[in-house]
Amino acid sequence: MPPPRTRGTALRQQLAELRGPDVPAKALDARALAALAANPGCARRAILDGAGVDKTALASALGAPAAFGQSQFALTRGNAFEAKVKADGGAELLRLVHEKLDRSAEPPADARVPDLTATGPRGRTARTELELREATARPGEWTLLDHPMLALDVAGSPAFLEPDAVVVHPDGGWTVVEIKSFPLLDGSADPAKVGAAARQAAVYVLALEEFAARLGAEPDGAPAPYVRHRVLLVCPRDFSNLPAASAMDIRKQRAVTARQLARLTRIEDIAAALPEGICFSPERPAEELTAAVESVPAAYAPECLSACELAFHCRARSRQEGAVTTLGRPVRAELGGLTTVEEVLAAARGEAGDPGDPAVAALRRAAALRSEALEAACR
Amino acid sequence: MSLISTLARLEAVSTGRAQPAVTVRHRHLGDRPLVLVPLITAGEAGAPLGALVGTDRDAPRLLAVPQPRDRDLRFAFLAELAGIVLPYVDAYAGTVEAAERTETDPETGKRVKVEVELCSDAPQLIVPSRPGIDLLRLLGRSTRFRRTAEQDPEAPYPAPPRVPLLGRWLTHFGERARVPGSSLLLAMTDLLGRHWVTGQSTLEDQHLGALLAWIDPPEGVTGAEAALRAELERDDRGQLTCPPAGPATDPAFDNKLLAPAIERYDRARTALAAAQDGLEADDRLGALAAAEREIRDLVLSRTRPTWDAVWRGLDLLRELPEGARVEERWTRDRWSFTGHRDRVLAGEPPQPRRDDAVTAANKLATREREQARLEAQEALDDPLVMAGRRLSGEAFAGEVTDVVMTYSDGKRPSPRPLVTVRTDDRPQLGERTKVYRSLGGKPQSADFVADEEDGAYVVLRILDKMGRGKEPEPGSVPEKGDRVCFTLFEHEQRGGAKLPDPEETPWTHGGPPGEPALEAADPVTEEDVL
Repeated sequence: MPPPRTRGTALRQQLAELRGPDVPAKALDARALAALAANPGCARRAILDGAGVDKTALASALGAPAAFGQSQFALTRGNAFEAKVKADGGAELLRLVHEKLDRSAEPPADARVPDLTATGPRGRTARTELELREATARPGEWTLLDHPMLALDVAGSPAFLEPDAVVVHPDGGWTVVEIKSFPLLDGSADPAKVGAAARQAAVYVLALEEFAARLGAEPDGAPAPYVRHRVLLVCPRDFSNLPAASAMDIRKQRAVTARQLARLTRIEDIAAALPEGICFSPERPAEELTAAVESVPAAYAPECLSACELAFHCRARSRQEGAVTTLGRPVRAELGGLTTVEEVLAAARGEAGDPGDPAVAALRRAAALRSEALEAACR
Repeated sequence: MSLISTLARLEAVSTGRAQPAVTVRHRHLGDRPLVLVPLITAGEAGAPLGALVGTDRDAPRLLAVPQPRDRDLRFAFLAELAGIVLPYVDAYAGTVEAAERTETDPETGKRVKVEVELCSDAPQLIVPSRPGIDLLRLLGRSTRFRRTAEQDPEAPYPAPPRVPLLGRWLTHFGERARVPGSSLLLAMTDLLGRHWVTGQSTLEDQHLGALLAWIDPPEGVTGAEAALRAELERDDRGQLTCPPAGPATDPAFDNKLLAPAIERYDRARTALAAAQDGLEADDRLGALAAAEREIRDLVLSRTRPTWDAVWRGLDLLRELPEGARVEERWTRDRWSFTGHRDRVLAGEPPQPRRDDAVTAANKLATREREQARLEAQEALDDPLVMAGRRLSGEAFAGEVTDVVMTYSDGKRPSPRPLVTVRTDDRPQLGERTKVYRSLGGKPQSADFVADEEDGAYVVLRILDKMGRGKEPEPGSVPEKGDRVCFTLFEHEQRGGAKLPDPEETPWTHGGPPGEPALEAADPVTEEDVL
């Protein structure tokens, strides 16, 4: 057996041990993807997501529970909207795909909506891949894959992804569809939310491309199917719950994400640096878990608060250490080589630091100007 | 963020208390602001759940929508809100003073002064946080095109009479809030964040409770501890003791308390509808009222802490003296208010969904100009803000060490004194850079001539504001020993190039917009949520 395979098996074994015995792996959900985009350089996030650890449970076990939750109102409404969009064999959804992305094709009628149920993420991925292969081999037909499961290699271990839908066009091209419940008001939506949706869709596109490349490399000589770089975003129109769609060009997000993924420290390297016998199972006592989490370095920044379940834990640690990054990445960037609060204040007061260092000199000037202005105001 | 505020942030961390970011108050605060603490329903586009509204901190009006998905209840909420906001706005529309405005005479094309009315004060709305401003804008958008039964007897689901007008005013407030330095509609987190620097990131400053905890921590507790408590502390029912300032509610509140209460309300309503006789109906009406009261109590429990926090913030802000140029910016807000009042009185249609090219360009130009004005005025009003500009080389302060009288060439020589200033600042001066200082509130300009001893001495030539005579008027030229502060940025903003009238819009920008067509209301269908 070739060596990579052995290494892969060993890694999978190790990641399963990190997760804890009998704990199922968690798929990479939208929040984990957002966290990846917000903080690609965090080794802690990388290994926990790579091993499929349930970070919500872990954060609670550490005594710093995440503040994320979903209101059942939003959930009900989101599900109702998605069901409405996909109702009737996806007729409305396919109409929108045809109208916004592929007007030259035959209008969809009697599209195939294959059943994708299977057990476990691996089973579902295999099923999805089978159906994608099948659909691509049937030119002239529309196929809607409802909640397919895709696998993407993230830092050397497969991450499982679940897009809202993937559509196979009559020409064999694949399109990712994202269904969101924020409104498209007078043709425009909240840019932050659209951006998040685009980044999420870009990851799905990458996963599809990976599979398409594998299909293309098969010996039957068929060319690799192409994945469209314009995805369809479906939102409620204005104040109604009628669907409105918009094509999003995600080439930029795709390029950024691809680059980030390529640069990620290999999970096996992070895993190799871990001490023997650590485990992130929420069953373990809090002290042991804290030590385990501490054994992987984190790169906390305030952006983590909106993307990572472990953020409160990392923030508390970061504050304890007096790291200036807790105040924001721009703050950190301004202060040159000074990384802790006390270091900076001592330099500003003239008690420490090299006056020849431009960052220190600027700090001292800022401190002098500030106290001069405050004194002037007091007089 | 300048290094000075970064430093203040670090000091806040080490002292455990927020540090001043300014020395004066840079926003106008009226005597009677209308505070509005709205809540929305998660997942719906602009479906209000309730609000606390009022101008009296001890007597807020509670509005609640027991079933946010019900169109009639939502209209009732909006009508009630209109019943509070519109009389408040109208109270300011009536009191006017005479003012002058230059307008272009349509016949001669000359600029002439015309006498117009200017409201002597304007209403002021305060919401807890920036998403609150977005919500008001959204409510404005959702209601201003609605048709009342009077306007359109055929329309299905007519809106209550004053609701479209409320929408137009909310839209105006929302639009004005985008103009830098304006104070018609303010968010408390923005206000506090402008005036204090906390020991947490600006992202975390968006939490009103945590922000206030840093600025004004309870006795014996550091800002960091108090802020952490405000962010995370939950009571025995799993509810945040400091509820989010909204408009979004905490999911735990939605799932544990609100959803069951709404369900009980729905059941009570169904039971009432199914009542067989009057006696039974009476009983069930009582049950319905109880269910509604329960929801009102829930809404009150989530909004009251925020309401108190907003007023606490107002108290803190009022302790700061108002900046000298704040009044001038408020006058611009009064003009904006008067202008919209006139448009409403003249029967103009509601603001369109999309602006035409000229209006949009004008709005952008205004925002840019006001941004520059705000930055200049804040620096002139406040030595601490000026310190930031001095640090970045956009201004310098120092002592006058020498004044040499020179005169301009020409038939009538005018004074052009050369002033030498000793400074420790490092301004980015180039040849003939213009610099300005404030002289009795008016800018006096000077040219940079030379620097000596590696920038420690700066020689300037004063150019204006010295009177018409051969000798400068007393006090118009700095004297030896004076402390002076010059800026490299201009103090007053000139308007940009004039844009064509909308009727003259060139074809490159879509051409003339044509007759303003009355925009249709959003179509309503049975299944709509709003």
